[in-house]
Amino acid sequence: MPSFPVVQADKISKRFNHLTAVDQISFEIHSGECFGFLGPNGAGKTSTIRMIYGFSPLSGGRLLVFGQDIKNHLREIKARIGVCQQENNLDPDLTVWENLLVYARYFNLPAQTAKERAEAWLDFMGLSHKKQAPIPELSGGLMRRLVIARALIHNPELLILDEPTTGLDPQSRHQVWEQLWQLKARGLCILLTTHYMDEAEQICDRLVIMDQGRILVEGVPGFLIKEHIGGNVIEVENPSRRLIDFLKASQVHFEHLLHRLVVHTREGEKLFSRISGDFCESGCTLRMATLEDVFLKFTGRGLRE
Amino acid sequence: MNQASSNAGIPSPNSQGPTPSSLSWRFLRVWQRNWDVYIKTWKINFLPPLLEPFFYLLAFGAGLGYLVGQLTFAGKLISYSAFIAPGLLAINIMQNAFFENTYASYVRMYYQKTFDAIMATPLTVEEIILGEIFWGASRSLMATALMMLILSFFGLLTYPWALGILPIALLGGLAFGAVGMCFTALMPNIETFNLPVFLFITPMFLFSGTFFPLEQLPLWAKILAGFFPLTHVVELTRALALDTLTLFNLGNLFYLLIFTLIALPLALRLMVRRLIH
Repeated sequence: MPSFPVVQADKISKRFNHLTAVDQISFEIHSGECFGFLGPNGAGKTSTIRMIYGFSPLSGGRLLVFGQDIKNHLREIKARIGVCQQENNLDPDLTVWENLLVYARYFNLPAQTAKERAEAWLDFMGLSHKKQAPIPELSGGLMRRLVIARALIHNPELLILDEPTTGLDPQSRHQVWEQLWQLKARGLCILLTTHYMDEAEQICDRLVIMDQGRILVEGVPGFLIKEHIGGNVIEVENPSRRLIDFLKASQVHFEHLLHRLVVHTREGEKLFSRISGDFCESGCTLRMATLEDVFLKFTGRGLRE
Repeated sequence: MNQASSNAGIPSPNSQGPTPSSLSWRFLRVWQRNWDVYIKTWKINFLPPLLEPFFYLLAFGAGLGYLVGQLTFAGKLISYSAFIAPGLLAINIMQNAFFENTYASYVRMYYQKTFDAIMATPLTVEEIILGEIFWGASRSLMATALMMLILSFFGLLTYPWALGILPIALLGGLAFGAVGMCFTALMPNIETFNLPVFLFITPMFLFSGTFFPLEQLPLWAKILAGFFPLTHVVELTRALALDTLTLFNLGNLFYLLIFTLIALPLALRLMVRRLIH
């Protein structure tokens, strides 16, 4: 299936009074791919996707979804996207089943179609046994799965997820991932924000790392790691003066934290055997580089907010 | 489920013009949602409008009415119960819509995030709010119908004119619901609603000709009462209930219409300002 652009953002901005939440960013999301927005709190991820699902008018730039300008085609665009917001906004006055049927009505689905779809998506999300349950009785993981099922009731062409697994236990997270993989396999275009690196690495075909309203880097997770970190990371606890001198002398780039030294390297094993053999006093580890290393390299280690 | 079948049942996205208006009949979807929730607990919801007239008629009609006896209204000698019955209906119209579109709407907006969820569908904020206000007005209408049932048993309403109270309930409900929604758009938290209730609802409850004829008030109070929308609802319900309709009542109707035509668009605007950032 040829891919076509689903979202095209051209220098879009969002300003709130004196704060610039999103600062002239451009990106393109294609059909069939899963695209991630990564960034620390306050990076502008949520502001960006709120513009895409039409909650937030643009302060500048141009945003096309399905090739239509969001400014004057909002209603048509919203009919074709499914949204899972960060906060749970299931209708607590209704049961699981009613939540889906009432939501389907907002999209003008005929009652019979709505029932069939609700049945199918409940089954897909593993929620069939909870059909008649009231919302306050659901666990966090079940609620999140229901929010996703609800967002899919009109079979959208783009699914937008704002931190889909924040606050879930590991079992629930993996279940949500499993379901997102399946949706991706069906060809659904998915856009998500997260600050879980493993989530992004697992699900996203392509991602951007944002900070302070700007896109710092964009690419395929695996390539980003190779390009910006290399293959491995060596971590040394309580590094000695000698080690630091050695690394400086051999012109190896490293990061010196309070009680730890981090080396990003392409020739992991050779360097590691040298370090662990000659300089390791309290603990040395060699591990694969991860997206988290890329993330920290670009956004720094300083605390936000 | 592939792309081709995925949009079955949804009108083609291109069926609307390039700039879809922010208002369409879709606001009824919000009304439907509230109806679905309401009807789940209908037994509880039907109780207040059925019981309230008993309480009031017992306290005011039998209790206070004993002291008041009969009074003359529009040249007719009527019982105190017959005088306050339309007042009770008017209060009921005011309170149902106002409380629905303040406390209940605020809970849906702020605590339950129901509006946020609906905003992610093809509905606009304006449609959500219009649906809420129509729902508030519908609650006024339903409560009025139930209350009229009870008052009719006591022989306090004159038919067929009394049936005219139903459309007045809808119009009055829109007016008070819209005012309530304006407050909902402005209130920083749910406790703050005590203020409009104390400054807006309570004075109207007492000084709109509900429990005593306005003629007994000093001139300035009469003029002030003329600004209260409830005064006009009371005059209409009373004229319809007692079959004393005159051309002056057209003025009441006109006032309510103008009031609604100002309050309703204002409520939509204020809510857009609150919800769209």
